[in-house]
Amino acid sequence: MFEDGAIINELLIERLNYFIYVVLLLIGLHAMISKRNLIKKLIGMSIFQTSIILFYVSIAVKDEATIPIYKAEHDRHGAASKAAALELNSSDEAKPLYAPAELQPEETQQYANPLPHVLMLTAIVVGVATFGLALALCLRIQQGYGTVEEDELLVKIERSDARYSQSPLAKAINPRRRPARTSRKPRTASKATRVSQKSASSPKSTGATQTKKSAPKTKTTQPRKKPAPATRKPAASSPKAGNQKPAVKKSSVRKPANKTTSPKKKGAE
Amino acid sequence: MGLELFNTFILLLLVVTALAALRVRDLITAAAVFGVYSFLMCLLWAEMGAVDVAFTEATVGAGISTVVLVATIFNLRRKSND
Amino acid sequence: MKWISLIPVVAVGALLLFAATDFPEWGDPKSPASQSPVSSHFINNTGVDTEVPNMVTAVLADYRGFDTMFETVVVFIAGIAVLAILKGSGRRRRGPRTTYKVEAEPDLIVTNTVRLVVPVIQLFAFYVLAHGHVSPGGGFQGGVVMGASFILIALAWDLDHALVRMSLPRCMTIAAAGIIIYAGIGFLSMFLGGEFLDYAELERVLPVSREMARYHAMLGVEIGVGFTVTSIMFALYANLSSEGRLKGGL
Repeated sequence: MFEDGAIINELLIERLNYFIYVVLLLIGLHAMISKRNLIKKLIGMSIFQTSIILFYVSIAVKDEATIPIYKAEHDRHGAASKAAALELNSSDEAKPLYAPAELQPEETQQYANPLPHVLMLTAIVVGVATFGLALALCLRIQQGYGTVEEDELLVKIERSDARYSQSPLAKAINPRRRPARTSRKPRTASKATRVSQKSASSPKSTGATQTKKSAPKTKTTQPRKKPAPATRKPAASSPKAGNQKPAVKKSSVRKPANKTTSPKKKGAE
Repeated sequence: MGLELFNTFILLLLVVTALAALRVRDLITAAAVFGVYSFLMCLLWAEMGAVDVAFTEATVGAGISTVVLVATIFNLRRKSND
Repeated sequence: MKWISLIPVVAVGALLLFAATDFPEWGDPKSPASQSPVSSHFINNTGVDTEVPNMVTAVLADYRGFDTMFETVVVFIAGIAVLAILKGSGRRRRGPRTTYKVEAEPDLIVTNTVRLVVPVIQLFAFYVLAHGHVSPGGGFQGGVVMGASFILIALAWDLDHALVRMSLPRCMTIAAAGIIIYAGIGFLSMFLGGEFLDYAELERVLPVSREMARYHAMLGVEIGVGFTVTSIMFALYANLSSEGRLKGGL
């Protein structure tokens, strides 16, 4: 199995460095797919990026080559400054010190290849910019949902989706009634202004209050159980501002229902 | 031969630290191990002759990336579930 | 999920390893990347066209200066985006943070050491920036070290001390000024008759030869990059550690 032509010898002994680059890449990729914490995913992304940069930089290596900065005998700038300093003595001595203009191919091999270094410098800096931006998004998710674990996030997103919209099946089962507004305008004028105040304040609310409300509420009861908006604080009921309009009209009718739901609401708060 | 051994050793350490950074439950520890990973990368590149890239990775990867990660974890919960 | 996701990952790994058998040996001077005419041209002609000994800085700031300009713009956009995401978003907490308190006093040893060390760090950052032509370094590295010095001030005392010295509006102004310097040098070369970012045309305004004009324009360009990177690194830290509020934080 370990003879010279076999695959395992090729991969593990001769090309061990490429094998390890691929292993690092796979570690990063698997972390991005399967980890549930968002910060672990980001660390995986960074491992992925640095492994690719490692691969590119390793291509630039030449055997027994030095760093890509000119040595003293090829350095035109250093020789020029020395020549300028010696120009005061005589102009003939300055000339041999001025190094040949272009390097010859056998001298080119003494330097490592600078082109992958340049490309990877840009890649590193862009990688850190992406990393910082991704961390800012994680922080924002934490502020909005209270967690950065993926499974908890999915549950909370589904609940908040359910609060704002109904699936087609649920719409077919219990359709939302939308009464005409013109007939109710005089009676609900004050309530309409209160509702408009709440809808104006709804963009400013965060999920901090949403996550509190998510536990006692379920999907099918949302369009029905609308307590009176007069008893609510504006921030607490602003997530339901969109649903308030059909329910506001019913609140004047359903006074007993208000009394049952308002202690429930107060208990949820 | 010595250089090849050094390269191989650092590469194996890279794999170990990458796995460790993803396995620990405490996020601050993960950030610290991630800093070690960045530093080992910088060392490898300095040995390969890519000095500019090593300098950039030392400042940006092991410096800014780690500090910014710790600053973010400061505002999150410190323990991750996996 | 973890075991199912191993299947595509291992498949990708197998494909890559299948191609890895064709790759050149480690450090082979006859590999295609080492023999390519582009890199040979860079190695041979960097001393002739620009008198800069550091080939990487010359390629980054002169031969591929357009890429570097947009890389700086990318860093700037990342800073603006972090500001846009996090600004004014952390205020709606139900009360003061109750999980842990970070009301520690600034430690005597730490603050005095930082007082001594930060000027040295900033001087070193200027050195790295200016000496990038002949040694490893350049605009990015110097800018990041400079930004790190401000982060060190924020860590040793609190964020307000660092913000007094480098407030966020000033950060954004300096970042924009960096890009304007870079693009300005490019446009100046264009107005003087060359192409955009053709630094050799700057010999008409500077009393130096064509090669030295490229040398000095590279320094100007690296200063622009350094400005942007410094301010954005510190703005990134300030916004992330305080959730956009710029009070409290690490």
